[in-house]
Amino acid sequence: MSETQMEEGDTHKDIEVAPALIAVHPTQESVAVAVGSDLRVFDLHGGCAVSLVDDSCGPFHNDSIRAIRYGAKGKLFVSAGDDKLVKIWSTESWRCICTVSSEKRVSAVALSNDGLYVCFADKFGVVWVVDLNGLDRNQVSTNKKEAPLLAHYCSIITGLEFSTGGRFIVSADRDFKIRVTVFPKEPLNGGHEIQSFCLGHTEFVTCLAFVSASEYPQGFLVSGSGDSTVRLWNISSGSLLDTFEVEMKLPSKGKLRSLLYRVFLHDGFFLNIIVVSLAVNMLDCSFQGVVVLSCDLSAQTLSIAKVVSMEGECFIPTSLSTGSSAGLLWMVAGVSNLRGFDNPSLTRVRVISGFEKSSLNPPEHQPTVLADEEIPGGDQLLEKLQGSVPVEQKVFLAAAEAVKSAMSNLLVKKQYCSETREFRKRTRNDKKN
Amino acid sequence: MSEIKAHPKNSKSTGLPRKRFYRARAHSNPLSDSHFPVPILPCQVNYSLHYPQFFPSSDQIDSSKKIEFADIGCGFGGLLISLSNLFPETLMIGMELRDKITEYVKERISALRVANSGHYQNISVTRTNSMKYIPNHFEKGQLSKMFFLFPDPHFKEKNHRRRVISTFLLDEYAYALRVGGIIYTITDVEELGEWMKACLESHPMFEALTGEELVEDPVVKLLGSATEEGQKVARNGGETFQAVYRRIMPSL
Repeated sequence: MSETQMEEGDTHKDIEVAPALIAVHPTQESVAVAVGSDLRVFDLHGGCAVSLVDDSCGPFHNDSIRAIRYGAKGKLFVSAGDDKLVKIWSTESWRCICTVSSEKRVSAVALSNDGLYVCFADKFGVVWVVDLNGLDRNQVSTNKKEAPLLAHYCSIITGLEFSTGGRFIVSADRDFKIRVTVFPKEPLNGGHEIQSFCLGHTEFVTCLAFVSASEYPQGFLVSGSGDSTVRLWNISSGSLLDTFEVEMKLPSKGKLRSLLYRVFLHDGFFLNIIVVSLAVNMLDCSFQGVVVLSCDLSAQTLSIAKVVSMEGECFIPTSLSTGSSAGLLWMVAGVSNLRGFDNPSLTRVRVISGFEKSSLNPPEHQPTVLADEEIPGGDQLLEKLQGSVPVEQKVFLAAAEAVKSAMSNLLVKKQYCSETREFRKRTRNDKKN
Repeated sequence: MSEIKAHPKNSKSTGLPRKRFYRARAHSNPLSDSHFPVPILPCQVNYSLHYPQFFPSSDQIDSSKKIEFADIGCGFGGLLISLSNLFPETLMIGMELRDKITEYVKERISALRVANSGHYQNISVTRTNSMKYIPNHFEKGQLSKMFFLFPDPHFKEKNHRRRVISTFLLDEYAYALRVGGIIYTITDVEELGEWMKACLESHPMFEALTGEELVEDPVVKLLGSATEEGQKVARNGGETFQAVYRRIMPSL
């Protein structure tokens, strides 16, 4: 890497490209999209756009949102990101009931299953916990303080997830580590007891999800990584149960890139098998679409169930979400701060149907991509979540390229030659002023 | 002709490597990205490479004997060499971030093995960042002793997160240590001594050894005297501050 390139990289740090995110309410009451600092919510139940209320004045968020999530019961919603603010919203009033200031940029959030604790992780690898006890849904609280829960030693935390049943909190980082920590009875005193480490990935971990069934109440962990694999784990022992190599098994025409930048997981039930869906965005390959993996819990294996192709649409999802029951998979492709185009942030929402119970086996119920007018909420929803400006397809390709390079800048370890390293040491800017 | 064959960096009289060929910076940044190879899983640690006499061939991986002592930041390896004779049947490893120092310790151990046939077969060294990769080297509860002797003090508050003892890192050390395992720390910097003691004292998975236990433990005597750094402090008449704690089951 030459010096000029490096300087360029350094100066553009302040306008980092951020991928668009999507989250769906557990019972599909509403759907939220975040792009840049903009948070857009559509009420599916009422069929109307939601206007957010935040009494802390000013913009809700003033830098890119990096994580959004609904609570398991759907009563709370959390958004957080590069502006170091964690905002907790009531989904009844869509009022921001609590804002917590983090010391560092936030990279992941999770809500405990009982809705009593919000955990968020920062870019220095520390996971913090906020106690929501006594938080009134109708009143704004300002005195909530975060307490450190655990830390990965100076590694960006890329995923944070409570286990099924809530006994453990699982955190994944950009090194390759997945840590399973016993979620303590007094979380504010820290989570010191490590149950296991799930080791096997050789690159940064991009996402985590739990799959469970009534016969397996503890559930199994599924993780996706930049090493192009999806892995299935037993979290109590940390043992690897199965590895699905995306590169080997996708029916692609060309050679897939070895780095998998994003895998998205969701789980839903059908028969006794559990579906994990993953979208692979690999631009250098010919594959565009969503791959659905099935996880056979009794055999503890992962296998490909369905491939939903979206070729020719230039749609490469940056985020996926689903409610627990509705059988719809929501996807968003988009980016903020895209340079060189009139409209710096853009989003496109698509929905795939056919994820209902027992629907994946009969051939007439193939998962299909819905046309815009078939999407619940219709044009009104799209207008709210996408904005009204129509965007050309080629811009989406540029956006996907921008997301890919931003994610690899963030997550791939940099190798410098010795001269460059010396140069960087001389020009370091992290000294105290 | 034997002179030509001898290692050029080793002393002709003792056969041991000489430190002046292994000069290195006193500090290394533990926060920077590592580019050296790291075992993905503890079972991938190559025991036959580290302990050829205990593990003559590499296919004997399922052997029940595992590393039990870890000297974190082993420096020039003085402690390992003292411990080797005290516990000849226990496998121990030194972990050091600085490449050149690791090379020195490697040479030192192999020279000692040549000079004292049958001895020093239970010690070895690996280059790694133990603040990041402890779980890659050791299974849960594998270790019975961990040593942190004269660690980098990192005085500036901004750099406190680089300290090798912290509440967060103690969680990982508690994971690697079995219940009843002991963590030994010593420093000549009073401020750091207080810091390490405070971290251990407030951690729910560690308890201090009693005065009697400290006297009975033969390892405690080595803390200040076995390492190069400790000898330097003793030479200059410096004071040392130690904290020795036992891994316990956390009370629920």
